[in-house]
Amino acid sequence: MIDERSIAAAKRAQTSERTRSESWLWSQVAVLLSQIRSMAEVFLHGFRRRETIQYPEEKPYLAPRFRGRIVLTRDPDGNERCVACYLCAVACPVDCISLQKTEDETGRWYPEWFRINFSRCIYCGLCEEACPTYAIQLTPDFEMSEYDRRNMVYEKEHLLISGTGKYPGYSFYRVAGRAIGGKDKGEAENEAPPVDVRGLMP
Amino acid sequence: MPIYVDNREYPAAPEKNLLEHCLSLGLNLPYFCWHPAMGSVGACRQCAVKQYRDERDTEGRIVMACMTPAAEGLRIGLDEPEARDFRARVIEWLMVNHPHDCPVCEEGGECHLQDMTVMTGHNYRRYRGLKRTHRNQYLGPFLNHEMNRCIACYRCVRFYQDYAGGDDLRAFASHHHVYFGRHEDGVLESEWSGNLAEVCPTGVFTDKPFSKHYVRKWDLQSAPSICVHCGHGCNVAAQERYGRLRRVVNRFNGDVNGYFICDRGRYGHGFVTAPTRVRAPLLRTGNRELEAVGVDEALHAASEMLAGRVIGIGSPRASLEANFALKRLVGDDAFYMGVGGPDAAALEAVHAIRTETATRAPTLIDVENADAMLVLGEDVASTAPRMALALRQATRNRQKAIASGLGIPAWLDQPVRTAGHGQLSPLYVATPVPTRLDAIAAGIFRGSADEIARLGFAIAARIDARAPGVDDLTRDVSELAARIADALASASRPLVVSGVSIRSVAVLEAAANVALALGAKLGRPADLALALPECNSMGLELLGARSLDDALEHAERQPIRAAIVLENDLARRMPRAALERFGERVEHLIVVDHTLHATARAADLVLPAAAFAEGDGTLVNNEGRAQRFFQAYVPDGEIRESWRWLAELARRRGIECGWASLDDVIADCAASSRRLAPIVDAAPGARFRIADRRIAREPARYSGRTAMHANVDIREPKPPEDPDTPLAFSMEGYYGPRVPPALIPFFRAPGWNSNQSVHKFLDETGRALRGGNPGVRLVEPGADARRAYFEARASLPPSGDALRVVPLADVFGSDELAALSPPVAERIPEPCVVLGPADADARGIVDGMTAEIELGETSLALPVRVVPGLAAGTLGVPIGLPGMPFIAAETAKVGGRGTAGDPR
Amino acid sequence: MSVVAMLFFIVVLLFALLAAAALLTWVERRLLAWWQDRYGPNRAGPFGILQAFADVIKILLKEDWIPPLADKPVFVIAPAIVAVTMLLGFAIVPLAPGLVIADLNVALLFFFAMTGLSVYSVTFAGWASNNNYSLLGSLRTAAQMISYEVFMLLSLVGVVILAGSFRLTDIVDAQRGMWFFVPQFVGLVVFFLAAIAETHRLPFDLPEAEHELVAGYHTEYSGMKFGLFFLGEYLGMMLSSAMIVTLFFGGWLGPPFLPPIVWFLLKTAFFVCLYLLLRAALPRPRYDQLMGYAWKFLLPVALLNIVVTGAIVVATRSPAEVGS
Repeated sequence: MIDERSIAAAKRAQTSERTRSESWLWSQVAVLLSQIRSMAEVFLHGFRRRETIQYPEEKPYLAPRFRGRIVLTRDPDGNERCVACYLCAVACPVDCISLQKTEDETGRWYPEWFRINFSRCIYCGLCEEACPTYAIQLTPDFEMSEYDRRNMVYEKEHLLISGTGKYPGYSFYRVAGRAIGGKDKGEAENEAPPVDVRGLMP
Repeated sequence: MPIYVDNREYPAAPEKNLLEHCLSLGLNLPYFCWHPAMGSVGACRQCAVKQYRDERDTEGRIVMACMTPAAEGLRIGLDEPEARDFRARVIEWLMVNHPHDCPVCEEGGECHLQDMTVMTGHNYRRYRGLKRTHRNQYLGPFLNHEMNRCIACYRCVRFYQDYAGGDDLRAFASHHHVYFGRHEDGVLESEWSGNLAEVCPTGVFTDKPFSKHYVRKWDLQSAPSICVHCGHGCNVAAQERYGRLRRVVNRFNGDVNGYFICDRGRYGHGFVTAPTRVRAPLLRTGNRELEAVGVDEALHAASEMLAGRVIGIGSPRASLEANFALKRLVGDDAFYMGVGGPDAAALEAVHAIRTETATRAPTLIDVENADAMLVLGEDVASTAPRMALALRQATRNRQKAIASGLGIPAWLDQPVRTAGHGQLSPLYVATPVPTRLDAIAAGIFRGSADEIARLGFAIAARIDARAPGVDDLTRDVSELAARIADALASASRPLVVSGVSIRSVAVLEAAANVALALGAKLGRPADLALALPECNSMGLELLGARSLDDALEHAERQPIRAAIVLENDLARRMPRAALERFGERVEHLIVVDHTLHATARAADLVLPAAAFAEGDGTLVNNEGRAQRFFQAYVPDGEIRESWRWLAELARRRGIECGWASLDDVIADCAASSRRLAPIVDAAPGARFRIADRRIAREPARYSGRTAMHANVDIREPKPPEDPDTPLAFSMEGYYGPRVPPALIPFFRAPGWNSNQSVHKFLDETGRALRGGNPGVRLVEPGADARRAYFEARASLPPSGDALRVVPLADVFGSDELAALSPPVAERIPEPCVVLGPADADARGIVDGMTAEIELGETSLALPVRVVPGLAAGTLGVPIGLPGMPFIAAETAKVGGRGTAGDPR
Repeated sequence: MSVVAMLFFIVVLLFALLAAAALLTWVERRLLAWWQDRYGPNRAGPFGILQAFADVIKILLKEDWIPPLADKPVFVIAPAIVAVTMLLGFAIVPLAPGLVIADLNVALLFFFAMTGLSVYSVTFAGWASNNNYSLLGSLRTAAQMISYEVFMLLSLVGVVILAGSFRLTDIVDAQRGMWFFVPQFVGLVVFFLAAIAETHRLPFDLPEAEHELVAGYHTEYSGMKFGLFFLGEYLGMMLSSAMIVTLFFGGWLGPPFLPPIVWFLLKTAFFVCLYLLLRAALPRPRYDQLMGYAWKFLLPVALLNIVVTGAIVVATRSPAEVGS
C-alpha cells in the first residue's frame, strides 16, 4: 500500500542521499571518530564497580517466588497435600515427574510414590502452575548439584517437607473433593447437606 | 440428499438424526444423553442447533439436533450465536452442582463432561448457591459410585435397564435430587455393569479395579487386543503403565462387539498380574521341586527332554501362531488339540457344521437385526454374553417395525418403545436350566440335551419336510415345535443360536438342521450362531488337530519321551485318573503357559509364556473371524510369546523354522491350509507404516518418561524394539484418523478425550470403523456345503433314578483365566448342583441342602439348589468353576441322604 | 650469534610465543571482563592465571574428531598452516638490536608472504570440512584477506620510502630521529585496520561470525586442531602488533632507562591490548560494508599516502640521497 506519507519519505531519502554523497569523506571520518569514542567509553568502564556477585563466598538474594528446588508440601493439618492427580507429570515439558496414585481406607487420594528426576528438571515451574492443590512448589534453593546423576533422583521422602510452603491456609479437601476421613459429604465449601433420596418433599 | 450446515452442503441419509450426521461429518457438536447404541431421548438439551425453513429464513428456531431427522434440503446453523449461547447456558446449568473434584476423579482426562465444557466455552462459575450432594453406594467389586458428579443425563439407567435388561439400577427422587443407584447398597447384578463406567459421561460410575492402581488415560500405553475370555472375540484395548496391565476397555468393532463388552472381559484381565503368574522358567530339579532357572538352563534341559518321541498338546486359548508352532515342532501326527471327551466331540461337530453345511455365521449386526430367534441348548447369556446382549436388542425389532410403520425413526428411543407397546420379536429359548434371556422369550422349553435336540429336529422337519424328523414326541413338544417353526419360517431374518457348552452333538446338529431348513425356505444360507467356550476354539479346529483322547491312547500304545502342553490346564480337560495315567506314560511334561495351574505344577519344566497383553497373535472367534491381538507392553522377567519358545525348542531339535518375526509365522501358518490363508489380512504386517512412521502405542501427552525408570537406571532406556507389529512402544509415531482399524490402540481425537471420540473413527453408516471392521472371516457358507441335513439321532433318555447331567456355565466362574482375576473371583458363586422340584422331592432334598453326588467314578458333596422349571430327570452340574473337578459323566446319582444345610 | 646460540634463541622464542599466546587467552578474558564490569576467570591460581593452563590441558584432552565426510588430509593440514606461518613470521621481527632470527633484506616481503600463506589455512579448512557454514566462512575469509592484503602492502610503501630499505632493523634504525607514526599516520591507520582484517579479529571476524555461520571455517574442528586455529589467531595478533611497533613506533627504541627489549615488549603489549579493546567496544560491520570500506576508502587513501610521501621525499631530499 502506497500512501502519501511513504512517498514523501522516499523523496526525503533521495535528497539526503545526495547530500550524503557530497559529504561522504566526512561521514567516514565521523564513523571513525565515533568508533574511537565508544572505545574510550568502554575503556572507562574498567573503573566502574563490578556487578558480579562472588557466589560461594557471597550469597545472592533470591526472591520468594524464585523457581528452585521442588518440594511437596502438607496442608495445615499436616497431611500430604498431593492428591496424585498426575497434572504435574503431564504438564512437565521434560517428563521428569512420575508418580502412582493410591488411596487410604477413607478414600483420600495420595501418591504411593512420587519421583522427580532433577537431572532432567528445567525448573520451569509448570508443575507448580498445574497443581490444583498447592502441593508441589518451587523454592528459592538451587544448591543441589551432585557429582553422581543418580543422586539427583528425588523420591517422595526427599521431596516432602513438613510445612505448608507459600500457601499457609489452603487445604484442597476442605474446599472440594470427595468425602474423606474427617470430612463427610456436604462439608466442603459451598456444599449443601446430602439429599435424602427417600424424602417426599418437593 | 443434501443438508446445509452453516450454509455448506453435506450429504445426508434420512434414517439418521442431525446429531449423528454432524458427528459423522466431523463437526463438533456437544451432547450428553444421546448414545449411538441407545438412540435419542432429548433429555440434556445440549445439542441445540438453529434450524431454518429455507435460505430466505433469517429467524430460524432452536431445535435439538438429536431429535431432528435429516430431511431433504434441511438448513441448520451450528455456529449461530444464539445456538452457541444456548449450549453454553445448558452446560452452565449442568455444572451448577458438579463438584470441583476433577483432581481426585478417575474420569478426569477422559471425561465427556470436561470435553463438552471446554467445547462450549464455559469456564467460570457464576452461581453462588450451594451444591447438592448425595451419599454414595457400594456397588460391588467392579464399580465406584460418586453421585455428587451426576448431571442426570439418564444414560446409566437407559443402558443398564433398557439396553442390557438389568433391573437393580434405577433413578430415584425428583428434580435436582434425582439419584441413580440401587434401592440399597449391594452388588450390581448384571454382567454388563462395567459398561456404566464407559457410558457415564462423567465420573459417577468408574472402574473400581482400575482405580486401585489408577493412572490417567494419557499415561496408558495401549494396544489393540482381543478378549480371551470366551469365543466371541470382542475387540478390546489392553492398557499398561509401569510394566503392569492396568485395565481393559472396549474397542469398537461393529461386527463383533460394537460399544459394549461384558464384565468378564473387562475385569478378567487380572490373571495377567495374579500371583499365579509364571515369570521365569521353572525346572524340576533334584529335590523334586520346581525352581526358577535361567533361560539357557531351561532350554538346555528342554532339549534333553525332547530327545525321543514327543507329542504336543495344543490349546483353544492359545493363538493360532502358538498352536501352529507346536504343530511344526512335533509334527502333524503328534499334535493334539487340548480338548477331549464330549467337548472335543462338540467342537468337531461345530467344525463340520461350519465347513460342510450351507449355514452362515452371523456378525453382531446380523444378530441384532434378526426378527425371529431360536436358542437351542445354549445358555448364551453365560457362555457368550455379548451375543445374548445382541439377542436382547434383536427382540426390539418388532417395536421398531411397528414404529417405522407409523413413521417414527428407529433412533427415537422413547416413542419407539411407546409405539411398540412392549411387543417383542419372537425369541424361543430351549435350554435345560433357566437363563437370563427367559424374561424376554416368547416361548421356553426345558429338557435334557437329547430332548432339546429332538425339539430341534422336529422344528427343522416342520419347516422343511425333507429334513429328518423324530417320532414319538409328546403333544406339548410337537405343538411348541410347530409354533417355533412357524415363527421362524415367517421371519425374513431368522436366527438360530446354539453352542457347545451343553456338550451335545445332537443339539448342534439339530440347530444346524433348523438353519438348513430355514435356508432352504429363504433360498440363501440362514444365520446360525454357535457359541464356543474359548477364544481360539474355532481356530484350533480350523488348524486341524485330534482329540486329547487320542493323545492318551497314543501314550498307552507307546511310551513317550516328552509331552509339550501349550497354554492348557489338562486338569480342566480330562478326569483325574486319566491325567494320572497319562503322567505315568509320559517321561517328561513340558508346559508352556503364563499361569501356574495344576498341570504346570506337575510339569518337569514350565516355560513362561506371554499373556494376551504381552504378545501378538491371531485368534479365530465363533463367527470364524480371524482377529489379531497386539502386544501392549514388554513384560518383566523372561516372558516370551509361546511361538518363540516353541520355535527355539524346534531349532534345538533340528527343525529350522526360519521365523524371525510374527509375520513369518503367520505366513507359514496361512500357507499350511487353504482355510487359514486369509489370516494374513487380519491386520497390516510389521512393515506397515504411515508416512514412514509406526503407530504410537502411547498418547502424545504420555508423561514421566525421564523419571519412571530413574530409580533403576539414571540413563533413559531406548524404547523396546518391536519386530512383530507396526506399532511402536513410544509416543513417537503416527496416531490419528488414518490408523487402520485393526491397529487403533486407543480412541482419542482433538477436543474429544473420552471414549466418545469413537465417532471420529467411524464411517458414515456408524456401524463400521473407517476402512472396515477389523478381522477377516475364514468360513463363508456355500463353497464346501456338501451336506444336506444331519440325521436325527437323538434317542429318548433312559429312565431310572439316574439323572441326566446338564452342564451349568457361569458367566464369571466358567472361564479359567477370568476366575483368577480378583474382582471377578468375588462374583463367582459357590459351586452347587441344580435340581428340579419334582426330583428334589422324590429324593427328600430341600433347597440349600448338601448332597452326595455320584458322577461316574467321582463323587462330590455339593449344595443343591432347587430351581423351579428345571426339566424332570436332569441335574445341573457346574462346569469349570474353580475347585470343581473335570466332569465327563452323562448321568449322575444324587445320594438319598443329604446333610441338611441352610435352607434358602 | 653462533649457531648454538641461535638455536637456543629460536627455541626460547618459540616457547615464549606459545606461552604468551596461551596467557593471552586469559589476559583477553580478564580485560574484557574488566571493561564489562565483571571479574573474568579469577578462580584458578592467583588472579586466575592458571586458567590459561587449565584451558590448554582441556583442549589437549578433548576428543579430536574428524567428520566422516571430510577431506581428511586437507582437514588435518589446514590448522597446521596457520600456526606455522604465524610462527615463521616472527623470524624476521627484531626484538632488540641483534636479537632477530633472520635479519633478511626483504624481511617485509617475507612478512607478507607468511600472512598471504595463512589464507590457505582458512580456505582449506572450509573446503575440507564439507560443511556449508565452513565453506561460506572460508570464502568470506579468502575475499577479505586478499582485499586487505592489497593496501596493507600499499600502506607500508611510505615506510619503505622513508627508510629506504625492506630490512626491519634498517627501518627501526631509520626512526631514531622520529618514529614513523608521525609522518606516516595515514599509513599507520590503514595498516592497523588491514592487520585486524588479516587476523580476522573482531570487529572484522566475519569469517567466523557465529550469528550467521555457527563458527565459520572451524565449525567442524575440535580438540587440538581447533586449538591450532586459536593459537594462530593469537599469534597473528601478536605478530601484527609487533609489526606495528617495528614499522611505526620505533621498535626497540626508547629512553635508555629501560633495556631495548623491554621497550619493544611494552609497546607490543600496548597494541595487543588495543586489539582487545576493539573487541570489547566495536560491533561487527556487515560484509558488504567491510569490502566497500576496503576498496572505496582505504585503497584510495593508501595510494594518496604513497603519492604524497613520495612527493615530499623527492622534494626535500637530494637526488643522491633518493638514489641510494
